[in-house]
Amino acid sequence: MEKEKLRRAMLFAPGNNPAVLQSAGIYGADSLIFDLEDAVAVTEKDSARQLVHNAIKYLKYPCEVGVRINHISTPWGYDDLACILAAKPDFIRLPKAETAEEIKEIDEIITKAEEKYGFPSGSIQMMGAVESPKGLRNTYDMAVASPRMMAVAIGGEDFVTSLKTSKTKGGKELFVARSMLVLAAREAGIQVIDSVFSDIKDDAGFMEECRMIKELGFDGKSCIYPKQIDMVYKVFTPSAKEIEKAQRVLQAYQEALAKKAGVISLNGKMIDAPMITRAERVLANAMAAGVYEKQSGNMSSPKK
Amino acid sequence: MSKLCKQAQAGTLESSDILIMLAPAEPGTGIAIELISPAINQYGEHIEKLIAAIIKDHGIQDVIIQANDKGALDCTIDARVKTAIARALA
Repeated sequence: MEKEKLRRAMLFAPGNNPAVLQSAGIYGADSLIFDLEDAVAVTEKDSARQLVHNAIKYLKYPCEVGVRINHISTPWGYDDLACILAAKPDFIRLPKAETAEEIKEIDEIITKAEEKYGFPSGSIQMMGAVESPKGLRNTYDMAVASPRMMAVAIGGEDFVTSLKTSKTKGGKELFVARSMLVLAAREAGIQVIDSVFSDIKDDAGFMEECRMIKELGFDGKSCIYPKQIDMVYKVFTPSAKEIEKAQRVLQAYQEALAKKAGVISLNGKMIDAPMITRAERVLANAMAAGVYEKQSGNMSSPKK
Repeated sequence: MSKLCKQAQAGTLESSDILIMLAPAEPGTGIAIELISPAINQYGEHIEKLIAAIIKDHGIQDVIIQANDKGALDCTIDARVKTAIARALA
C-alpha cells in the first residue's frame, strides 16, 4: 500500500489579500490554491501575481501550494505563468480548460521555467478545471496530454451557466458532468476534484454534497471557506468501522492465500478481487490521513 | 538608471497590507520616504530601508514615496513596492 497524496480539501485563497495568504496554511487543508483569476479584480492582476509569487517564495506552508492562473487566452495568463513559475509552486491550476493543446502549451512553458530556474524536471504539476461542455468532451485528452497532470476538477458555477441552468441542492444538473469527469480521470489514472459549494450557511447541504461526490468517485473538493475543510475530512477519511472491515477482508484474503483456497469468504459472504482492491484503498487512504498505521495495523487517533 | 514616468500606487489599507504611492521627483531629490505605520517605533527604520533597497535595485534615484503600513510582512512590502514601480514605469 503506497501512501497516496491526499487532496480531499483544496482551499482557495484570494491572491491579492496578504492577510489571507499569510494565514492560509493554518487550517489544515490538504492543498492550497492561491487564486489569480475570479477572486482578483482586473485592475489588480499585476499586484496579485507579485504578492502570490512572494508568498510562495518566502512563506512556509505545511501543505502543497498551487496557483489558479488566468487562462492563457486572457491578457494575464502568460504573465501569471512567467511570474509564478519563478517561485516554484507545487502545481498550476488552469481554469476553463478545454483542449489538450492548452495543456501541452502550458506544459512546455513549465518545462522551460524548470530548466531556467534549475528546478527538478517535472516537479511542478498541473490540474485543469472543466467549466464548459467542450472541456468536458475533451477531459480524457487533457488528462493524458501531459505527465504533469495530477488532477482534473469541475468548475460548477461556470459549467451550469454554460448549460443555461443553475446549481440546485441535489445537483442533478451536474450529475452527468461529474460522472463523466470521474470516468475520464480514472481512465487516465489521475485524481478528480469537485466544485466549490458557495452557501457558507448551509452546512447540511455541503455535507450532503460531499457524501454524494465521494459516492461518485471524487478524490476531494475545492473549498472556499476554512470551516468546510473539517466537514470534507469527516466524509472522506475512512471511519474506524470501514478500517476494521478492510482489515478483516485483507486478513481473510491472506489466510486464503496461505491455505491455497480458491474461494475466499468472510462471515459467509464471498470476497472477490474488487473487494480486496477497495479494502486496500481504504487502508491506503486511512494511512495517508494518519488514522491507520501500516506496521502495527493499529488505528491511531485521527488528526482530523 | 530608471526614471518614473508617472505617479502610481499599489497595495491597500487592509490589515497586513501596505499602501505604497510613488511620485516622480526632480533630479537630486533622492529617495524621500514618508512612512505611516502602527509599528513605526519598532520597525520604521527597517521598513524604510527595505523600501529604499528595492527602489535602488530598480535603478531609481529620485522619487517621493508615501507608505501607509498596516502591519505588512517584508514579502508583502516587497511585492507592493515592486508593483508600484512597474506601474510607475509603464
